[in-house]
Amino acid sequence: MQPVRHPLRSERIWGLLLASPALFIIGVFSLLPTLASFLIGFTDWDLLGAPKWVGLDNYTSLLADPVFPKVVANTLLFVVLYLVLDLVLALALALALNQKLRGLGFFRTAYFLPVVTSMVAVSIVWEWIFDPRGGALNEVLRWFGGEPVHWLSDPATALPALVVMSVWKSLGTNVVLFLAGLQALPGEVLESAEVDGATGWRRFWHVTLPLLGPTVLLVGILAGIRAFQTFDSVYIMTHGGPRRSTTVIVYWLFQNAFTYFKLGKASALAYMLFAVLAGLTWVQWTLRKRWVHQEQDT
Amino acid sequence: MNRALGLTTLWIGALLCAAPFLLLITTSLMTYEQAMAYPPAFWPSPLTLDNFRKAMGEGALWRWFGNSVLVAVLTVAGQILTGAMAGYAFARMSFRGRDVLFFIVLMTMMVPVQVNLVPLFALVARLGWVDTYQALIIPDLAGAFGIFLFRQWFMGLPKELEDAARLDGCSPWRFFWTVALPTATPAVATLGIFQFLASWNTFMWPLVATHADHLRTLPVGLAAFRASMRETTDWPLLMAATTVAIVPAIIVFLFLQKQFMKGLMDGAVKG
Repeated sequence: MQPVRHPLRSERIWGLLLASPALFIIGVFSLLPTLASFLIGFTDWDLLGAPKWVGLDNYTSLLADPVFPKVVANTLLFVVLYLVLDLVLALALALALNQKLRGLGFFRTAYFLPVVTSMVAVSIVWEWIFDPRGGALNEVLRWFGGEPVHWLSDPATALPALVVMSVWKSLGTNVVLFLAGLQALPGEVLESAEVDGATGWRRFWHVTLPLLGPTVLLVGILAGIRAFQTFDSVYIMTHGGPRRSTTVIVYWLFQNAFTYFKLGKASALAYMLFAVLAGLTWVQWTLRKRWVHQEQDT
Repeated sequence: MNRALGLTTLWIGALLCAAPFLLLITTSLMTYEQAMAYPPAFWPSPLTLDNFRKAMGEGALWRWFGNSVLVAVLTVAGQILTGAMAGYAFARMSFRGRDVLFFIVLMTMMVPVQVNLVPLFALVARLGWVDTYQALIIPDLAGAFGIFLFRQWFMGLPKELEDAARLDGCSPWRFFWTVALPTATPAVATLGIFQFLASWNTFMWPLVATHADHLRTLPVGLAAFRASMRETTDWPLLMAATTVAIVPAIIVFLFLQKQFMKGLMDGAVKG
């Protein structure tokens, strides 16, 4: 009989071997670029020549760029409008779904069709909806006696139009997350509230919503992170215009990198975005940890 | 919520979600004249398949379709394979640096793709991969989400199973392939549909990594097709091409819905 090898020794080798293909790919194509991006942010580089170290110049010139405040304002406006519309609608639909209902699966599937469709395809369809000549939205307006609107070529309506489409696209995700939150609420509290005479709107406002608070915040942060990264729709539908009214941060980053070939500036911009999103993620993790502890304590 | 009010809300929501798809399909079945008529036609009459014939008659659309299928299938296979192996190692084996490595992997999940865009393009350019399938496939052969998903799954595997196999002289490699992996079909399905949809719909990276028409994936090709008719847009033709592009994603989703929802929860609640 052969001597049995110590299991732990072979495990050490096998463990690394099994993990190595994934670690190699992630190391080379994900971790390395993330670190490189940070360094490129301190250089002047057009991709062809050698990168030249310029210290904080990219950051200072970004902050001094007259486009920068415009881009920040556009991005924040987009995120805020998106969050308000998205959270209210998703919560309403989740509340409506949170009952014993036949055909619940049908509704959930319907809400998910936009989620699984590519943003490029969705953007093209909505361009047709927003089309000033014969587009569906202006036709509906005309029924009600409204004047045709140039949705995507008017600086006043282009960004809100993109927001509406983005809400439509991602609503299903947040409905499902809210529904999961609603179903996890303690049934006794809701029932006792009903016994106390709190029904309908009052019960929602004073009992359900406060209990759902953590879920709303988590879903909101996830949705906000997504909204900050908006790019595809802008690229297809408005090219950042008219008059830069839809130039959000990622679109400007893309222009800096692949239109103006200012890779240093693009990387600096990328790290600014990264800092904001990392901050949001950190808030999310901290809050979640605290809530999980509270639940365990009570 | 009041039952009638609830149902009304649900139906309005469903109609609003479905309406753009309805418009997509009706427009794709119209002639150009009908779509541009004033007042515009709501329903295609006569119904025509000419737009589909024309869209699919263009070799380019099929080429893009094939590219998308190729990239999606290979990255799904790659992610499942590398993710299962690494997830198993992180869950069940002890090796030097395991916890640090797993932490780093989780951290990469937090980095927005835009941060990596410039250096990744520089790297791919240096490798001579611009306008190749490698550029579209290889960076996506492994991912943190897959590793995380499989690690969760394998952590639930009973320890006795491993001990018994070890006594029988079964090597960790064989145990992984013949015992552990076959139990993990739910994780395989979840990661499969996530990666398929991610690959099928992704736009920014293939837009940057490919310039030649014959290497475009569907989203990039569709965007170029749309841009090519900036002056006068043939909406019915464009809608037909768009329909062709989205049908596979919707079919895959309808089949693997349950797994998709599960993955969504795992990603949002735990990840």
